[in-house]
Amino acid sequence: MTGWPRARGSIRRRLTLQLLTSAAILAVILFLIVSSFARQISAESQDRILSASVASILDAVSVASGEVSVDIPYSAFTMLDNPSDDRVFYRIMQDGEVITGYDDLPATTPGTATLPYRDETLRTVTATRRLSVNGAPVQIAVTVGQTRDAQAQTLQRISRISVYLGLGFFAVSAVLAVLAGQVTAGSLRRLAGSVSRRGPQDLRPVEAEVPSEMVPLVQSLNRLIARLSTALNRTEDFIAEAAHRVRTPLATVRAHAENTLRRVDREENRASLREMIRAIDESSRAAGQLLDHAMVSLRADQLELEPLDLNALVVELVDRLRPVAELKDMEIRLETGARGAIMGDAILIQNAVRNLLDNAIKYAPSETRIAVTTTSDGTTATLIIHDEGIGFPEADTTPLRGRFTRGRNATGVVGSGLGLTIADEVARAHGGHLAMSNNEGGPGACVSLSFPLR
Amino acid sequence: MRQLVLSLALSLVASAAPGFEIEELVQFPAENETAELRVISTADTELFAPFILEFQQANPGISVAYHVVSTTELMIALAEEGESFDLAISSAMDLQVKLANDGLARPYQSVRTAALPPWARWHGQVFAFTQEPATMVLSRAAFEGLPLPRTRQELITVLRDNPDRFAGRIGTYDVRVSGLGYLFATQDGRTSETFWRLAEVMGSLQTRLYCCSGAMIEDVASGEIAVAYNVLGSYAQARADLHDAIHIIAPQDFTTVMLRTVLIPETATLPDQAGAFIDHLIQTSWLRPDNGFAFPGITGEGLSGNAGLRPIALGPGLLVYLDRLKRQQFLREWEAAMVQAE
Repeated sequence: MTGWPRARGSIRRRLTLQLLTSAAILAVILFLIVSSFARQISAESQDRILSASVASILDAVSVASGEVSVDIPYSAFTMLDNPSDDRVFYRIMQDGEVITGYDDLPATTPGTATLPYRDETLRTVTATRRLSVNGAPVQIAVTVGQTRDAQAQTLQRISRISVYLGLGFFAVSAVLAVLAGQVTAGSLRRLAGSVSRRGPQDLRPVEAEVPSEMVPLVQSLNRLIARLSTALNRTEDFIAEAAHRVRTPLATVRAHAENTLRRVDREENRASLREMIRAIDESSRAAGQLLDHAMVSLRADQLELEPLDLNALVVELVDRLRPVAELKDMEIRLETGARGAIMGDAILIQNAVRNLLDNAIKYAPSETRIAVTTTSDGTTATLIIHDEGIGFPEADTTPLRGRFTRGRNATGVVGSGLGLTIADEVARAHGGHLAMSNNEGGPGACVSLSFPLR
Repeated sequence: MRQLVLSLALSLVASAAPGFEIEELVQFPAENETAELRVISTADTELFAPFILEFQQANPGISVAYHVVSTTELMIALAEEGESFDLAISSAMDLQVKLANDGLARPYQSVRTAALPPWARWHGQVFAFTQEPATMVLSRAAFEGLPLPRTRQELITVLRDNPDRFAGRIGTYDVRVSGLGYLFATQDGRTSETFWRLAEVMGSLQTRLYCCSGAMIEDVASGEIAVAYNVLGSYAQARADLHDAIHIIAPQDFTTVMLRTVLIPETATLPDQAGAFIDHLIQTSWLRPDNGFAFPGITGEGLSGNAGLRPIALGPGLLVYLDRLKRQQFLREWEAAMVQAE
């Protein structure tokens, strides 16, 4: 009836993706912060040890008999020992001249430095001290450097830990993101479910509790439902009104035409009046069927099913139409053999059966019989109508189910071409079936209408 | 085995190579030789040969050229001359650490080296495979009727009390020429002031200075000298033929324990075979401490069981006494104490 709305993106997916992205960014930031913090701390701790080593060497510098002597304490280097066995280099200078240590160590200024040396990167600390040798000031500069394997190893370990930390953080966030997506989509799904589970006649506003963000949606939905409900009521009113407005004046016109026919003598005037009456009959019937069809279409969209007794329904309709048949001296034989109830809309099924009976009476000649039978076979209940009329013109009866289509042999009989359409639509709306065929070896047609049993 | 021993070609080479002095070069040829491992070592050939022969049995095709040098010459050969050797084995731990620290050794890694405790390896380049105590070797004859000194203090007392008996009959390393002697002396000096008092006493008794443990042990056994101080206990233990004439005493106040170490020099041409040799050394000394060789293997209990044992720690601390000024100072003090008579 209506096409699917075009789906563009999914709230759940978009929400999950956004949360995942922000979680990933946060995880990376976490990793970077932890890593750089670790780098800073481990660099600081190496600098502190190097400084302590330099200080202890500077402490051991003394002046003995006019000469500078340096008695490097054993602990100055043992304190630099670490599990990575980092290499140690040092240099002691007096006024810019190397007095002991590694001569080729790059020049440094007091403080810390990171320099390349012998294919390695060295972290060095340099400090100076002023001494007085024979009254002359002398500057002693001590540099101690160490490779950074231990630091690299510590960093590697911390990096690994922070990678795990980041991954763990991301994993937890990912689970939460998926859950958040599902919860959000779930409340939408619940609303959709509660709307689509409603019965066809249920046009009450949605009153389920929804998240505040969805309140505008539900409000719009409720306003739409209200408008729809108003429109439906108006349409039903319109159909009833139209039926009334069209049929009543036509009846009046027909009565007038018949009156006039009685008073008119000239044969040509009488003929045209009869022609007029026939046209009025046709219009009246067409209007009636049009309205029937409109009603059927409307109700078929919103079926209101209730258990029905097909037999009772048929008996009542046959009783109502029997006078019309008797006008043509026709006999209607009724045989009710259906067992069990069907689920259906009483008004629609009445409409369908009446149209079929109408057809049978209309298209069969006078003084013939119509057989109406109801049967059931466990899953379906079937109404079969046999007449002795003109039958269907072709073996293929499918086109006759279309609107305003009439058999080629039906000219001369008042009809709109909607009767079979109505019956077919009603049958299909109920999951049933309309079958049409000609009687075998005789005049007349056989029409059967079946509905599934309850 | 016997054939292998017989096939040893022994050759004595005196100052054959330029720049450093090789005391002895011994070839351990292999049948179907595929590679020749050049080893420079401070360990005496006859004590070390079993390691090599066993290695050759497990790794056929590798012949070994075993160069015996002093610890100082080993340093000169590798650090100054840049000679190409595949393995450097030395008792001077400080020099080995300096080689590694100065970037003159190659890193080596294997299952065996990874199994070593951290104190037995340094920088992934220096690996310990023996632990050998510095001992006092005393002449049984000279100590006739005297109480055997068990500590340095008791040795000082004995020497002081009997200057006539011991004058000119005391021997120790000349730390100016022997790297191992320097290592022992500096560690002694670092550990206790008693060392300096002992040095004073020894100096006053005209102590004779030696280059090597072997010579000292032989002189004690022959009665040439009565006391040898800071002698490698492993060498003394290995000379079972002399045990009738000597006492080997590990001082009870503290016994310095040296770890004999091995490294692959930067100049090595066969680092893979050298690595295999290191694995062999570690396996022999660590997994079979009681291996029957002259060099005692390393046992954890051996070190922790005796509180008097002071193993020298492999580490940057060993660089301190190699400092130019520090060495000068130490030698000055040592000479003042030990060589006072001259």
